[in-house]
Amino acid sequence: MKFFFHIGRYFLMIKYTFTKFTKWSVLKKLIFQEIEDLIIGSIGIVAFMSFLIGGVVAIQTALAIENPLLPGNLIGFATRQSVILEFAPTLISIIMAGKVGSYITSSIGTMRVTEQIDALEVMGINSFNYLIFPKIISLLLYPFLITLAMFLGILGGYIASVYAGFSTSFDFIQGIQLDFKVFHIIYTYIKTILFAFVLATIPSYHGFFMKGGALEVGKASNISFVWTSSVIIIINFIVTQLLLA
Amino acid sequence: MITVKNISKSFENIKIIDDISAVFEKGKTNLIIGQSGSGKTVLMKCLLGLFDIDEGEILYDSQKFKKDNISMISDLRKQIGMVFQGSALFDSMSVIENIIFPLRMFSNKTDSEMIIRAREVIKRVDLKDVDHKFPSEISGGMKKRVAIARAIVLNPKYLFCDEPNSGLDPKTAIIIDKLIQEITIEYDITTVINTHDMNSVMEIGDKIIFLVEGEKIWEGTNKEILNTDDKMINDFVYSSELFKKVKLIQKK
Ligand SMILES: Nc1ncnc2c1ncn2[C@@H]1O[C@H](COP(=O)(O)OP(=O)(O)OP(=O)(O)O)[C@@H](O)[C@H]1O
Ligand SMILES: [Mg+2]
Repeated sequence: MKFFFHIGRYFLMIKYTFTKFTKWSVLKKLIFQEIEDLIIGSIGIVAFMSFLIGGVVAIQTALAIENPLLPGNLIGFATRQSVILEFAPTLISIIMAGKVGSYITSSIGTMRVTEQIDALEVMGINSFNYLIFPKIISLLLYPFLITLAMFLGILGGYIASVYAGFSTSFDFIQGIQLDFKVFHIIYTYIKTILFAFVLATIPSYHGFFMKGGALEVGKASNISFVWTSSVIIIINFIVTQLLLA
Repeated sequence: MITVKNISKSFENIKIIDDISAVFEKGKTNLIIGQSGSGKTVLMKCLLGLFDIDEGEILYDSQKFKKDNISMISDLRKQIGMVFQGSALFDSMSVIENIIFPLRMFSNKTDSEMIIRAREVIKRVDLKDVDHKFPSEISGGMKKRVAIARAIVLNPKYLFCDEPNSGLDPKTAIIIDKLIQEITIEYDITTVINTHDMNSVMEIGDKIIFLVEGEKIWEGTNKEILNTDDKMINDFVYSSELFKKVKLIQKK
């Protein structure tokens, strides 16, 4: 029963987020601030993680197929597929649920417990729109981060396999180009946009409706991470079923 | 003037506010007093519409506060200033940005006009050299002043203060109380203050409402409160040794 209550309240929150807009001049500043905090602030960790993950994927593939009969371009091909279809969009989003998600929950949660949200409401400001809308808009740039992750993931795979001698540069590059399906890219970006929406809204929900004090802010961030990452995994499953299966 | 008629509010079937009626007068500091947990904050948040009341009605002057009339509420809120129990300054903004914020939201002033207005209220609340500091970098007493400045920057008709002097030393507490009282008289505002501090009651209690477990059990002025025979009030007022002595001296 509690579950349906939360679902209902979550969708109401989304609805209120898109009503009674804050003054545009103010909103614009908030959006730029969020882009800086949520997107630009995440470039470093996304780059670092995806590069190393790409390298590991390539090495694992190479070790698994040490069979001279298999074509040499297989490593490049397998790396590209895993990175583009799964590692860049899904794994990076889970990492972002930890980084961006807990940041959102704790910043909104702190505003809740210190009555800053009440202060907005008393002034006659729609706090949902003021706080959540800029996050949703700034995460429209999330596909940019995922694109970066794809590039660096494949680059990491290339460097790892070529320099460790698992594959030649020629083979790897040929593998990357092999059997390229535009639909896979579309599938990945559909996922990415959905994940972005989840990353902006579920942590906001947990911050917004929390009760208690500073200790509970920490707990709320925890619960928020569990929910955000679970929902990402579930959406990943559903979208894959619908589009690829 | 704010008129409250028979309002009640429950949380999970527990009555927190029980059938309260009261009038908060214009140009006066109206105090809501009572022990911790007696429902002062909840009552104030009901007046502001942050909590929906279960029964009763609230009138701002002659205008009825209706929670579904969104445009009326947002117009009304532009005339309301509020000082929260913990100041509730926006952490991400400097002091001056906090004070300018309501202007930025609701006035058509240019940046330089806004700064001029902000400086006026900063001066009014006796703040110095803190414009570009952040809330985490200033003392509790300064935070209260900033919160008051933010609350009055739009020239409100109604001012709400939830324990404006909690967490302050007695001297600063009285200065803040006096400041609120002066502003109330100067701008002829209807001011409602929550407090459990007897010093405030004596200093600025133009009109006092006494709550016990969500019920209003007494109302009067700071002069009357010392001479009442009501046992619950006497327990509250004379819980401090100092005020017991005051009473003894008065009797003599
Ligand atoms: N959002 C809420 N949900 C449920 N119960 C609440 C809520 N807010 C307050 N209460 C309950 O209402 C009662 C009155 O609380 P309130 O905060 O109004 O007290 P107070 O008089 O302001 O006390 P203090 O002087 O300590 O601030 C308390 O028992 C509290 O547990
Ligand atoms: Mg209180």
